[in-house]
Amino acid sequence: MPETVIKIDGLCKSFGTNRVLDHFDLSLFRGENLVVLGKSGSGKSVLIKCIIGLIQPEHGKIRVLGENILNLNQTALDHIRVKVAFLFQSNALYDSMTVRENLEFPLRRHTFQLSPEEVDGMVMEALQNVGLERTVDMMPSELSGGMRKRIALARTLILKPEIILYDEPTTGLDPITSLEIISLINKIQEKYQTSSMIISHDMKCVKLVAQRIAMLIDGKCYALGTYEELSASRDEKIRQFFN
Amino acid sequence: MLILPNDLKSFIRETGEIFRFILRFFREGFRPRYEVAEFIRQCYVIGYKSLPLVALTAFIIGIVLTMQLRPTMVSYGVDVQIPAMVGVAIVREIGPILTALIFAGKIGSSIGAELGSMKVTEQIDAMEVSGTNPFKYLVVTRTLAAMLMLPVLVVLADGIALFGSFLGVNIYESLTFNLFFKKVFDNLIYIDVIPAFIKTFFFGFAVGIIGCFKGYYSEKGTEGVGLSANSSVVVSSVLIFIIDLVAVQIAELFQH
Repeated sequence: MPETVIKIDGLCKSFGTNRVLDHFDLSLFRGENLVVLGKSGSGKSVLIKCIIGLIQPEHGKIRVLGENILNLNQTALDHIRVKVAFLFQSNALYDSMTVRENLEFPLRRHTFQLSPEEVDGMVMEALQNVGLERTVDMMPSELSGGMRKRIALARTLILKPEIILYDEPTTGLDPITSLEIISLINKIQEKYQTSSMIISHDMKCVKLVAQRIAMLIDGKCYALGTYEELSASRDEKIRQFFN
Repeated sequence: MLILPNDLKSFIRETGEIFRFILRFFREGFRPRYEVAEFIRQCYVIGYKSLPLVALTAFIIGIVLTMQLRPTMVSYGVDVQIPAMVGVAIVREIGPILTALIFAGKIGSSIGAELGSMKVTEQIDAMEVSGTNPFKYLVVTRTLAAMLMLPVLVVLADGIALFGSFLGVNIYESLTFNLFFKKVFDNLIYIDVIPAFIKTFFFGFAVGIIGCFKGYYSEKGTEGVGLSANSSVVVSSVLIFIIDLVAVQIAELFQH
């Protein structure tokens, strides 16, 4: 049985009268790529924002690397966040900073004993991983959508996280760039043995990336299985996605 | 049961939220970790980069005020008192209020738009995930920088406006630089200068905290960013006048 790095039990979250997560249960195992699949507005992004502590759920438990993150103080939560990276749907690169400063930002916040040479080495290594060393001194506004996504990915990698949470990594990208990002996600998983939870409704991405798929329907983990298992399902709600 | 109109309800709700935001500023602003580097950067952005606009408007107001006052003063035969009168007007009221309003227009809107855009593009969330308290990094640094830089800008604006006035006087007559400023300072007393200087800290605080509040809670995507920038200027400008009114009343108490 592989080690569980994230375990979610009975997670509930509502916005007004709209209950987006309703006793949601899920586990992420070490070294796997798990895709959470669901319609737009089904609560997928809310789920991973709860995992990283950006949104507070009403009920439930979220254990990340053995710690119930809902009980942690800010310092302990920041400590966990070193090991858990988050790739935002909008990339969330800091507009006022260069690519180098964007990558240095989490390094300088979480680690204090690094020399300028070490910081520079880590920045260049992260950029090499996404093949964009030449953009180091450019501003985010000078980059294309795909390049921005890769820089955002480099920023998530800079602290060598154990877990990466991807929020719709291919949304808004052309098919070729989407394939590049999917290939990068797989390459990162192989190289660093990271565990990844990927939020998506892009079926091409799901097929190429997922080792397991969790279907988020009506706030619950409606189905869980491999791409082959779920695509063979006769359940109407599941078939909607695979047809 | 008393039924309040919706506009009044939202006004009361927003006022409460602003007070809660201010309380959070005092709670978090004085606890480590201190974002010194970002604070210094903001002082440069907010203070130094506002100087040309403030200097230009102060210079023009100094000249225009002198030229507008002159015919009346001449008709009463007291044109010799122009430096004294302009000095009091600029130091007590025109310098602080004009600089604060320009500051609200330039800095309030830019803080509102910057934080609003960061909010809608998830940059504030990214900051939090990176182990940074975004409230300290964005709100505390910008508000403190605005609070500290506006008084400096007001002192400079007062000086530049008085220099403009000196040139305005010299369009019609010949008055030496030393004599002009002697007349200005002979008529200024502490009660003119100190309250006028102290209130500028409050003006700066109002511009900074309102710009941050509007941006930090920006909603509705790009439309919300525009609204944040716009309402930052409107609300902080109104607050500047309210603070000015209160400051004048308090200064009056000390004068008697």
